[in-house]
Amino acid sequence: MLRTTELVRFEKIVLPHLGAAFNLARWITGNDHDAEDVVQESYVRALKFFGGFRGENSRPWLLSIVRNTCLTWLQQNRFSGSTELDVEIDGREEESENPESILLAAAQSQMVRKAIEELPPEFREVIILREMEDLSYKEIANIASIPVGTVMSRLSRARSRLQELLSGARTSGVGA
Amino acid sequence: MNCREAQELIHGFADHELDLFWNLEMERHILDCPSCSGTHERLRAMHAVVGGNSLYFHPPAGLEDRLRANLRKGRRVDKVWTNAHSWRVTGMAATLALCIVGTWQVAGTRQGSSRAETIGQEVVASHVRSLMASHLTDVFSSDRHTVKPWFNGRLDFSPVVADFADRGFVLDGGRLDYLDNRAVAALVYHRSQHVINLFTWPTMRPNRDIRTFDRQGYHVFNWTKYHVAYWAVSDLNPEEMRNFAEMMRKTE
Repeated sequence: MLRTTELVRFEKIVLPHLGAAFNLARWITGNDHDAEDVVQESYVRALKFFGGFRGENSRPWLLSIVRNTCLTWLQQNRFSGSTELDVEIDGREEESENPESILLAAAQSQMVRKAIEELPPEFREVIILREMEDLSYKEIANIASIPVGTVMSRLSRARSRLQELLSGARTSGVGA
Repeated sequence: MNCREAQELIHGFADHELDLFWNLEMERHILDCPSCSGTHERLRAMHAVVGGNSLYFHPPAGLEDRLRANLRKGRRVDKVWTNAHSWRVTGMAATLALCIVGTWQVAGTRQGSSRAETIGQEVVASHVRSLMASHLTDVFSSDRHTVKPWFNGRLDFSPVVADFADRGFVLDGGRLDYLDNRAVAALVYHRSQHVINLFTWPTMRPNRDIRTFDRQGYHVFNWTKYHVAYWAVSDLNPEEMRNFAEMMRKTE
């Protein structure tokens, strides 16, 4: 049956990117519960459009759907007060060897996490896609619907902003 | 290469996005310049820290299983698109393509207004983005015989492109956009200082008369004709917007 074959192919090609999909959704929505809803919805949408997917790289393709679903989610939730940032820490991912470096790494990653959360959404997005997902400028341009040239300038501003936040030299201006 | 040039390229360099020539130029410059070399090091350090596994959010246990189950049931999870059972009956024996059509039809009859609200919001967001990003047009032309063919091969449909310059609505060009989870045609017009974005894409829905929404000071006009959805948005006053929409709707 065509539908089953298609579904199996979909699961094989798209499901392995669940981690990337969840990470992006989690960073944009700011909490586990909404991220999970967005991911579920994204996969249903992705399956629906899978017939039209001719590309070679399914991860950026899926991420563009996740990003779009997130935008819809944000538009629906922006005014209902669910934009709080819950800065919970889970130490389960730490993999360093000795206790001291574990502590150091935890403190550092907590600080960096908070700084990324403080970035404006359009900066946070390019940082996640570039630094965490290692996507090319072209792929990021496609996902964020911006020209490739804008990706570089936005990344550059996003990084300076992140640097500012990290060095604690936070000023009210965004900088040029 | 001087430092000013190097600073412009340094992100592209750190991200391995430069071509061979500029890459070599940058490598040479960084060897000689402690300041740019420092910037480069900081960028690499940032990549290592931010890209490290500890900041990556991992999906909760069981999500993959829940997802598989959902996909196999073909069930939608959000509250907006709820009525899964009616198309299940009609579409069960059909191919995947037919299933998708079924979903579209149900979507059309059931959750009309909330869905329209969502699209209306997306339309306004796209309009605002197009103005902010100075990415108004991909093809810049007031000639509809230039604009229309430009979409060939870029979209799976051919949008209606009309020109109303003689009535004060000047065609500026067109671009691709992404709305309602698909690539759509965006046609850009202006009247005096006001930009109008007209988004259009094929739909399974029946014809629908013009309806309007107001969002964040923008006026949105929507109608459907011959299975094509039209969404016009602008900060132009509602009377003139209606004029535009009526003219557009009468275009064959």
